[in-house]
Amino acid sequence: MAKIIAERLNFYYGDFRALADISMHIEEYQITALIGPSGCGKSTFLRCLDRMNDTIPGTRVEGKVWLDGQDIYAPGTDVVDLRRRVGMVFQRPNPFPQTVFDNVAFGPRVLGLHKKENLADIVEASLRGAALWDEVKDNLKQDALSLSLGQQQRLCIARAIAVRPEVILMDEPCSALDPIDTLEIEELMRRLKVDYTIVIVTHNMQQAARVSDWTGFFWLGRLVEFAATQDMFTKPTHELTESYITGRAG
Amino acid sequence: MVRETYIRELERLQGELLAMGSMVENALVESVQLLKRQDLEGARRLVAGDYLINQKRFAIEADVLVLIATQQPMAGDLRVLAAILEIVTELERMGDYAKGIARIALMIGKQPLIKPLVDLPRMAEKARDMLHQSLDAFMRRDIELARAIPAQDEEVDALYNQVYRELLTYIMADPRTLDQATHLLWVAHNLERTADRVTNICERVVFMVTGEMAEMDTENAGVESIA
Repeated sequence: MAKIIAERLNFYYGDFRALADISMHIEEYQITALIGPSGCGKSTFLRCLDRMNDTIPGTRVEGKVWLDGQDIYAPGTDVVDLRRRVGMVFQRPNPFPQTVFDNVAFGPRVLGLHKKENLADIVEASLRGAALWDEVKDNLKQDALSLSLGQQQRLCIARAIAVRPEVILMDEPCSALDPIDTLEIEELMRRLKVDYTIVIVTHNMQQAARVSDWTGFFWLGRLVEFAATQDMFTKPTHELTESYITGRAG
Repeated sequence: MVRETYIRELERLQGELLAMGSMVENALVESVQLLKRQDLEGARRLVAGDYLINQKRFAIEADVLVLIATQQPMAGDLRVLAAILEIVTELERMGDYAKGIARIALMIGKQPLIKPLVDLPRMAEKARDMLHQSLDAFMRRDIELARAIPAQDEEVDALYNQVYRELLTYIMADPRTLDQATHLLWVAHNLERTADRVTNICERVVFMVTGEMAEMDTENAGVESIA
């Protein structure tokens, strides 16, 4: 079942059309990877899914993005609630300069979840969910910035899932990490997809091939091909996709 | 072009495959010629030379694995490498068939042949021709040709049946020919199997180009007996 449906989505930075008529179904509890060369629009598309682009002046959106059948660009949409439902993990780990505990507790406190549930339980469940609990449980008061980069990124994932999102968007989540940390995050993604719908932008085609169920290939603001990952990397339909993933274009 | 070194290596490997194909083509036709001429020295050389075909197969296989491990080929490139791995295996087995024929030549030795060898060389020529075409289809990515080749197997099957019936009549007429007739039937069988393996190569060519895995086997439709 599609969790998110983009329908003829166009996005403009001023006069520049960065996305052209993107239509895509993002399946629930699956990992969808978006690939393509720099500037192809994949990150712009990702940021359309939680309206992060709204904060950039001079931009404009046309078309629809349906989340569980509701258009997130419809007037009256509660953007704060949208971003609770659709969380984001960024390229560089960006923990707050606070303790590990406070980082994860931040969202639940803001949203008032702590009034209904035990905050410590939420923090533990989120850290376990992000496969970080065992490494930090003895010192939850340590400064988040003292963690390794890989741990910091998992902390950001814990922070994202602490507010119980339905979708997690990941924008190059491993590009600042070493190979071992990268594989850990990939393993974590496979576990997370049982509970969450994941969309990942990656420059690393092998990563897309390893981790995702579906892959979309963007080129100059267009979605050239969208297919099951195993088909995309063994027998893509479009010549441009073939050229890109075999390293002959891009 | 991006990744020039990698693409050059892919092309080099295809050249190596073609070189291995030529070795097998020669061995096939040569093995039957040696049998016909009862050239025992040549037969011994051919048996020993099969080692070179095997070495070539291992070298290509190792290079393919290195390329997969270091370059992570995708899509069409990945299918080319998968096809190469499959095709070198087929070629290696065809080389074994040729070696088997040379061994039979050694077993028959200098004893007079029970019949003039006419159809066996024709079978070898035809199998060689089919193999050559299949490798041509591989290099040209010609799926029309690849799809057309397996039908030619009927000709090889017909020759096989002819040899089989003819040898049976020799055995019935004079049971003392049984030994040599059986050996010659093995030769025919090896050649018939060679042509069948060409069909496997053709399937790989179609897969390599289209990504579709489809069976082309004519299921030994025309072969009457034990094959």
